[in-house]
Amino acid sequence: MMQEGLDDGPDFLSEEERGVSALSSPPRAVNVDLQTDATLQVDISDALSERDKVKFTVHTKSTLPNFKQNEFSVVRQHEEFIWLHDSFVENEEYAGYIIPPAPPRPDFDASREKLQKLGEGEGSMTKEEFTKMKQELEAEYLAIFKKTVAMHEVFLCRVAAHPVLRKDLNFHVFLEYNQDLSVRGKNKKEKLEDFFKNVVKSADGVLVGGVKDVDDFFEHEKTFLLEYHNRVKDASAKCDRMIRSHKSASDDINRIASSLYTLGTQDSTDLCKFFLKVSELFEKTRKIEARVAADEDLKLADLLKYYLRESQAAKDLLYRRSRALVDYENANKALDKARAKNRDVLQAETSQQLSCHKFEKISESAKQELIDFKTRRVSAFRKNLVELAELELKHAKGNLQLLQSCVGILKGNT
Amino acid sequence: MSDRARDPPPERTDFEELEDADDLFPEPAATEESGPASLTAEDISTNSNGPKQDSQFDEDPEDLFAEATEEVSLDSPERDVLLSDGPSPAITPITPPTSVITPCLGHDDMFTHSSFDEIEEEEGGDLFDMHIAVSDPEKVGDGMNAYMAYKVTTKTPMSMFKRGEFSVKRRFSDFLGLHSKLASKYLHIGYIVPPAPEKSIVGMTKVKVGKEDQSSNEFVEKRRSALERYLMRTVKHPVLRKDPDVMQFLESSDLPRAVNTQALSSAGLLRMVNKAADAVNKMTIKMNESDAWFEEKQQHFENLDVQLRKLHASVESLVCHRKELSVNTAQFAKSAAMLGNSEDHTALSRALSQLAEVEEKIDQLHQDQANADFYLFSELLGDYVRLITAVKGVFDHRMKTWQKWQDSQMLLQKKREAEAKLQFTNKPDKLQQAKDEIKEEIEELDAKVQQGERDFEQISKTIRKEVSRFEKERVKDFKTIIIKYLESLVQTQQQMIKYWEAFLPEARAIS
Repeated sequence: MMQEGLDDGPDFLSEEERGVSALSSPPRAVNVDLQTDATLQVDISDALSERDKVKFTVHTKSTLPNFKQNEFSVVRQHEEFIWLHDSFVENEEYAGYIIPPAPPRPDFDASREKLQKLGEGEGSMTKEEFTKMKQELEAEYLAIFKKTVAMHEVFLCRVAAHPVLRKDLNFHVFLEYNQDLSVRGKNKKEKLEDFFKNVVKSADGVLVGGVKDVDDFFEHEKTFLLEYHNRVKDASAKCDRMIRSHKSASDDINRIASSLYTLGTQDSTDLCKFFLKVSELFEKTRKIEARVAADEDLKLADLLKYYLRESQAAKDLLYRRSRALVDYENANKALDKARAKNRDVLQAETSQQLSCHKFEKISESAKQELIDFKTRRVSAFRKNLVELAELELKHAKGNLQLLQSCVGILKGNT
Repeated sequence: MSDRARDPPPERTDFEELEDADDLFPEPAATEESGPASLTAEDISTNSNGPKQDSQFDEDPEDLFAEATEEVSLDSPERDVLLSDGPSPAITPITPPTSVITPCLGHDDMFTHSSFDEIEEEEGGDLFDMHIAVSDPEKVGDGMNAYMAYKVTTKTPMSMFKRGEFSVKRRFSDFLGLHSKLASKYLHIGYIVPPAPEKSIVGMTKVKVGKEDQSSNEFVEKRRSALERYLMRTVKHPVLRKDPDVMQFLESSDLPRAVNTQALSSAGLLRMVNKAADAVNKMTIKMNESDAWFEEKQQHFENLDVQLRKLHASVESLVCHRKELSVNTAQFAKSAAMLGNSEDHTALSRALSQLAEVEEKIDQLHQDQANADFYLFSELLGDYVRLITAVKGVFDHRMKTWQKWQDSQMLLQKKREAEAKLQFTNKPDKLQQAKDEIKEEIEELDAKVQQGERDFEQISKTIRKEVSRFEKERVKDFKTIIIKYLESLVQTQQQMIKYWEAFLPEARAIS
């Protein structure tokens, strides 16, 4: 299939770029339950954050013959991931598959803004406070960075795990071609075209969605996915808000700890030791609170966001199938008309056969894809909910222990 | 009663007596553990109920606190009885639910560590075991003339009250009136009079208008709690609690309306003008501080003020964010429930519903914790920020007293110079008359100067005692309340653990 095309492709330089130092504990695709296949393993072994872009080092290990080597790495940027994703979407051959959702653009704006604000406000806080907040923000920046790496990696792994997509030529080029793919981001015109396409799609979606499907399975899936997608969207937004409040509260505790520390150093009475002890306690509990928020973000918020994107991709699949159905029905009508007029019958017949074939092919693969989607979803939710509960317990117990021991000491001392 | 308030002379006589006698009190020995040299056993008890030996200047805190700990952790019988009273107001306030916060939150029992005072007063003959509760806020009247009436219940074994337990109904302006009287009587001689809770035109208007929503309920509860703390602080003060105005406030069923406390009144306006004048005066007084103690203490309170305000702001922010967190968690819970409903895999659907339930319980937990953050931590800080303002005021009064003394002294000096000049006038017939006149004036001024010096020394002495007492109270208050606050955090975490432990098997059951 695709392999023949590869030899006609661009001339690969034999020079290979090995992935440098892997990220400390590269974040594995937590939201997706994938089996790593020895024939093709892809991961992001390193990443570099520059002023306004992130450079990902995509590392491939493969026993497939189409690649010049068994192990190699290339550097890719976000736009190139998007290019790859879009090439899948535009490929008619893949109409019957759930296209793995594209990773979101790396967004450090919020974090950068906070760092800048901190820099501006440096004069108004003590040196310790400043250092503390700076460390906080740097940790936040790092967390966002790790997350974006994980999301890009998940995309690649999903493609690599898909029996058909993994063979895609563009995918192989993406993995192996060690020079810039020169994929310019979509210019204004193209973005506008996309926008209209989406508008048409949603209008169509309403139209097509209204037609009751003969097939019970797809009818059920349609109803289910429409509702599910909306609810996941809502849950994701509410979850984000909840986590933001949590972070704000944790920041407050940080400031409280600092104030108590200052009070402790200033006070001349018995209270100074008391304040210092409580300040120390709050420092520690705050770190735990921050971790709780971060874990909720990873296990819950990210999970919901991911399935928001995946459910959209599943909806897109259903839409494509519906379109194919409409085309098929139109072809039928055209055939009847041609037969009635006894003109261009053969053409109409061929056309009808093609649409029929296309529709049936899509339906067949779509069914399997949707079943897989459910399996993946259930498995991912299970894994993440269990881990969430375990982490919440771990942190609560840690917090409790700190608090109890401190209260014990304070009571004993008074 | 208003006469009483304007009655300085009795205090003066006390001072005069002290000059002559070392011991004003029949019991000479008592706890003479005077640490700092300036503290003596002479208590400047400025009321006519007989001198009480309030020698609380025990310089051995260790033993006291050891006892105090025991007292704090055990429930005193009075407290238990009071708990059953509980805030059960006509309009339901948002009192923290008993599940998370220890039930005594409604009553600020930070004052029941009575052992400290017990030990002190034992020698004085009277145990400090007073407990005041403010409860049952009830709306009286309608429209803009409406007001909240609070029930003030006093429980005390002290002999000076007619009964051991009694209640009266008071409104907010009554409290302000009480404070106003106490302030005018005691502030200028150096006593730290606890400030009354602040007025809030916006808050009260909402209540008057009749909005029985959550925010006005919270306002009423906040005020009720503040009034209770205010009264407890006032009666904790050994001198103030014996003041007849205080006793009348607590006991008498009829209390003349304190009209001059209204913010938008002529008296209010006058107060504002006086405050401004004071501020200007303060800037112009340059005092020669001969006593390093005062300078040091003033600096200490300045620093404390700054830090407490900062801490208070952070805690207020925490309260706000935790309330927000509670709201957002509730919304997420609903959303998760909806998601669970639409999920078509049965086991996952059930697990998501369970998650929604857990989050709902957690949101209530956050709400309760936010209340603890506020009523324990934030209000403590707010109270002390206001108290420190009162302390600073007392130092200012000392400065004014000094100024007065200095002014009299300068005047005396001038008169003496004038007297000396008189010797050189050559109007012999008027000379004798002028000489006599001036001699009289000089005698008067001399007395004034001596009085001024005595006043100054008196106020300095009082302030030293008051500050020492204040600091001890501060240490106690902070320790007790912060420990209580930490215990609320402990409870929250324990509940969290329970909830997540219940959820975990549900999550694992997804297949």
